Amino acid sequence: MKRQTGHWIYAGVVNFVIIVVGVGMLYPVAWLIAASLKETNTIFGDPGLIPKAFTTQNYVKGWGGIGIVGFGAFFKNSFLISSLCVIANVIFCSLTAYAFARLRFKLRRFWFTIMMLTLMLPGHVTIIPRYVIFRSLGWIDTLLPLVVPKLFATDAFFVFLLVQFIRGLPKDLDESAVMDGCGKSGIYVRIIMPLAVPALITTMLFTFLWTWDDFFNQLLYLNSPAKYTVPMGLRLFLDSTGISSWGPMFAMSVLSLVPCFILFFALQRYFVQGIATTGIKG
Amino acid sequence: MNSRTLKRILGDNLSSYAFLAPWLLGFFFLTLYPMIYSLYLSFTKFNILQPPQWIGLKNFVVMFTGNAQSPRDERFLNSLFVTLRFVFISVPLKLVFALAVAMLMNQRLRLIPFYRTLYYIPTLLGGSVAIAVLWRRLFAGDGVINAILRAAFHANPPAWISNPQYALYTLIILAVWQFGSPMIIFLAGLKQIPQEYYEASRVDGAGAVRQFISITLPGLSPIIFFNFVMQMISSFQSFTQAYIISGGSGGPLDSTMFYSLYLYLKGFGFYEMGYASAMAWILLVIIGVLTALIFRVSGSLVTYGTGE
Repeated sequence: MKRQTGHWIYAGVVNFVIIVVGVGMLYPVAWLIAASLKETNTIFGDPGLIPKAFTTQNYVKGWGGIGIVGFGAFFKNSFLISSLCVIANVIFCSLTAYAFARLRFKLRRFWFTIMMLTLMLPGHVTIIPRYVIFRSLGWIDTLLPLVVPKLFATDAFFVFLLVQFIRGLPKDLDESAVMDGCGKSGIYVRIIMPLAVPALITTMLFTFLWTWDDFFNQLLYLNSPAKYTVPMGLRLFLDSTGISSWGPMFAMSVLSLVPCFILFFALQRYFVQGIATTGIKG
Repeated sequence: MNSRTLKRILGDNLSSYAFLAPWLLGFFFLTLYPMIYSLYLSFTKFNILQPPQWIGLKNFVVMFTGNAQSPRDERFLNSLFVTLRFVFISVPLKLVFALAVAMLMNQRLRLIPFYRTLYYIPTLLGGSVAIAVLWRRLFAGDGVINAILRAAFHANPPAWISNPQYALYTLIILAVWQFGSPMIIFLAGLKQIPQEYYEASRVDGAGAVRQFISITLPGLSPIIFFNFVMQMISSFQSFTQAYIISGGSGGPLDSTMFYSLYLYLKGFGFYEMGYASAMAWILLVIIGVLTALIFRVSGSLVTYGTGE
């Protein structure tokens, strides 16, 4: 009996500590949301989470954007680029992963090692030549440099994730499909893809989030405000407006995080799986 | 082997390679060729408008030693040291936090899925421009952090973001704040350590500290090592947060001039693309050498398997 109470106290203390630390960690995010609902001149130096004067004006003003380009355009551009990248990654990373995980061909191990090495390769060594190539193709200030590389399964991370997953699938299904006269593409389309759905969802999730948040490439390749994405729009806001518009700035910052939140809460378990099975990045 | 089987094997290989074709093309044209081209560019002066002009080792000389004609680029070494400081302070701290929280959670608690979600949120959002903007405000002289410090301690805190002594630490805090993924990995790893080990050691009279040192750490060592290497590689490439928080300048006084940021400014601000390519290759070598070194050292520290 005594031990039981001891256990309860201990569990209570642990839960309490976890919650207090967790709430502390989330305070900045909560403050951001609160600040987006405060009037600009009451934001600073106010650590409180409840707006003294509640307003939604910041969202209205922010959505109007800067000059002629509204934030709606930035969101549209971001959604377009992110969706195209998601589609390309799902198709081409899974094709590559299927080849590595299931097919037999000469030099397979060699290419697999190369693929794993590109996973560790810092992107910097390819930035400038890629820029030169895309520039000579006339692709600067279009979304092509951001999307086209995904058609070539350049995100080794997802290839690796999918290879790991496909290797874990039972082989007897493939074999019976071969008996039924299925070719390699038949097995890929009818057997592997449907079974790999959990890993494909993880791929889609992280592709979307990383493209959505990718600032560096968008900064390199997008020049005109009409083509800007959400992160670029936020930067433009930051650079071109004074202290007067922190309210709208925060409002748009909150909006820019909404898609991430929705995806995260809707598809939580795929997050955990993706992180725990590959253990890379995030 | 007759010609029919040969044909079949050839055909088999060919159709397999068809599946690999997109990746292979990408590897040759978007990775290998650019790598070789940037290696070539690192020995040239190149501003993208005129063709590259061979200058031998000059870019590297300017980075590290300098000579009579061309003085050393002090900003380069500074950016390297800023980045090294950032990496080797933030990564260990991040892993310590991740492990501490993971151990706290590694009990029979009903709310674990909820806690895991809660603690992953900073990692989910931390890489965005929005959070960088927020950080810039939080740690400003008249920001919320200082308002809290003033109220709680009646202190007179500095303007963290615009003080060259502290600016880098705001970025380190931001990096450590995002300890969610190593935490989830550690949590998964802790579950793999057989509970009997702890029970047996308790019978032998081992305390919590002793158990941590002789069971938990060795059991997790491959995961800790792996996390360390991956976090190190990605921290070396940090860009967005420093760019936004310093307004693209790496300031104040170059105190947040990350390597990637300086490379970007050189290549795309000053159009010294030969120099930027040389920087990229130096980064590759540094990361390669550090990773090899860690692999070496870890050989004696990491235990694989449980010896069963």
